[in-house]
Amino acid sequence: MPNNRHIQPGVHYLQGSQACVEGAIIAGCRVYGGYPITPASEVMEHAALRIPQIGGRFIQMEDEIASACILLGASWGGAKAMTATSSPGFSLMQETISYGIMSETPLVIVDVQRPGPGQGYITTSQEDVMQARWGHHGEGSIIALAPASVQEMFEFTIEAFNLSEKWRTPVLLMAEETVAHMRERLIVPPLEEIRIVNRKKPQDLGIAPENYLPWGHDMVAPMANWGEGYNVNLIGLVHLEDGNVTKYDLQMHDACVKRFYHKIEDNVDTISQIETAHFEKCKHLVVCYGSVSRTAIEAVTEARKEHNLEIGYLRLKTLWPFPEKKLRSLIKKVDTIFVPEMNLGMMKHPITEALRDRCRKIISIPSLGSLHTPEYILSVIHEELK
Amino acid sequence: MNSEPVNAYNKPSQLDRFEIRIAGFGGQGVVTIGRILGVAFTVHDRKNSVNTQSYGPESRGGACRSEIVMSDGDINYPYVRKADVFVCLSQTAYDTYIHDLKEDGLLLLDPNSVPTDSIDDGYKFYSIPAMELARQIGSVKFQNTVALGALYVLIKEHLNEESLRKAIAESVPRETLEENIKAFGIGLEHMKAHYAE
Repeated sequence: MPNNRHIQPGVHYLQGSQACVEGAIIAGCRVYGGYPITPASEVMEHAALRIPQIGGRFIQMEDEIASACILLGASWGGAKAMTATSSPGFSLMQETISYGIMSETPLVIVDVQRPGPGQGYITTSQEDVMQARWGHHGEGSIIALAPASVQEMFEFTIEAFNLSEKWRTPVLLMAEETVAHMRERLIVPPLEEIRIVNRKKPQDLGIAPENYLPWGHDMVAPMANWGEGYNVNLIGLVHLEDGNVTKYDLQMHDACVKRFYHKIEDNVDTISQIETAHFEKCKHLVVCYGSVSRTAIEAVTEARKEHNLEIGYLRLKTLWPFPEKKLRSLIKKVDTIFVPEMNLGMMKHPITEALRDRCRKIISIPSLGSLHTPEYILSVIHEELK
Repeated sequence: MNSEPVNAYNKPSQLDRFEIRIAGFGGQGVVTIGRILGVAFTVHDRKNSVNTQSYGPESRGGACRSEIVMSDGDINYPYVRKADVFVCLSQTAYDTYIHDLKEDGLLLLDPNSVPTDSIDDGYKFYSIPAMELARQIGSVKFQNTVALGALYVLIKEHLNEESLRKAIAESVPRETLEENIKAFGIGLEHMKAHYAE
């Protein structure tokens, strides 16, 4: 990889982990703090090589808690920052995610999921998809993306930074060992064609320091960095628009938390992305996300071609915020919905909540520690529909 | 790294799916040849390919596996379903993976690691004494590139030799490039000498 340069436009053959770091660099990431853990270490290894080459700072921290905390400081200092970990480390980062939600700090955390609980094992998993949404204490929403290819490890990392900057919030890239370790074609478009979003700043909006409200002006407040002459508080307590935490009352509490909750949840249709195939007039449906969708589309294609099943495919590219309204507008009536996941049926819950009156039955297709084979998904479909 | 235009893939699908599995002991270089094949197929030959590998303790001494799925179109399921070619460098690998080889699949093995009299009936197999031939160049560490040379003969309708040579040059340490190219040639010539085209 050439020094001081972005990855060049064209065709590359990279691991998902490497593509993730290259995407982060293009998005503007210049601080990486991390602690190694299988199967996420390759992200850190490539960041250790590339982030300093591009003029950024790479720091190996003492643990995952510090790895997440450094993102807060870096972000408030004006940098775009990222860390990567795997599931046990992701548990340790929950406190900082919570703090990042309250302090509305743009940061990106990559979770290369492995099975749990405990140390579990080092293979592949989607067992953190609920922790991504509910692992942090307190209210507040979160944005979590689920890439399914090396290309998407690149593109979704850029998108994760863009979303975190736009909505001033932590964004999670919920990768799995499967997609982080595989090597595959990556096509890098010309840099000028890649959309990069930067946080809104008071300077850009003509807000003078004496008029600046660090938590005001808009649903997503403009963010001043430390050292730019603006009064900046980094706060974990509920606060007023000016950052005051001493005049506590229930109204202020309500306004503070609901604003950053609704800035995400009220914009779910803009934030969330869905992909469909063989979808029009399908009688049955497979709903999936992440690398399982690669097996799912293979199984759906075979079921249609070789068994004449009218079965469609829908993939959640965004896991959270959960696109309930979008799903309900797309799916009016189907017979059976199959949900293959590398866990014992986690996303089946919000899917059921959204679609229980739009189908006859919802069937979980669980797998622990390995990617479903097309044969496995097909066998469950055939068993159910025979 | 390559900076040619990105629309080079817009050609009609010819080959749906071609699957190669390479397995042996950790340290034999099976992961490296998987990666070299991927670079050759995708960066130089403009085909789609996915390369996966074992990792963790087994890639450092235990049973080790590397896989390549190649296609002119999209590749969804990233792992081998039924291998078209199985390169087998240890008895454990043979016992573990032989049943995933297609009935008409090709088996390439090192007869010093996998005794040929233990091969299940019905499989068409090719012998490449990779370790022994590599020793002639001075080190058993080139056994993977010898095997790669032999493998190339079996898959040459799907891959340009020049692409593979370029991929080797980009993937191995510069100081061992000469030996690796030599090892590749030895594997290739061995196959040509022992098996009719």
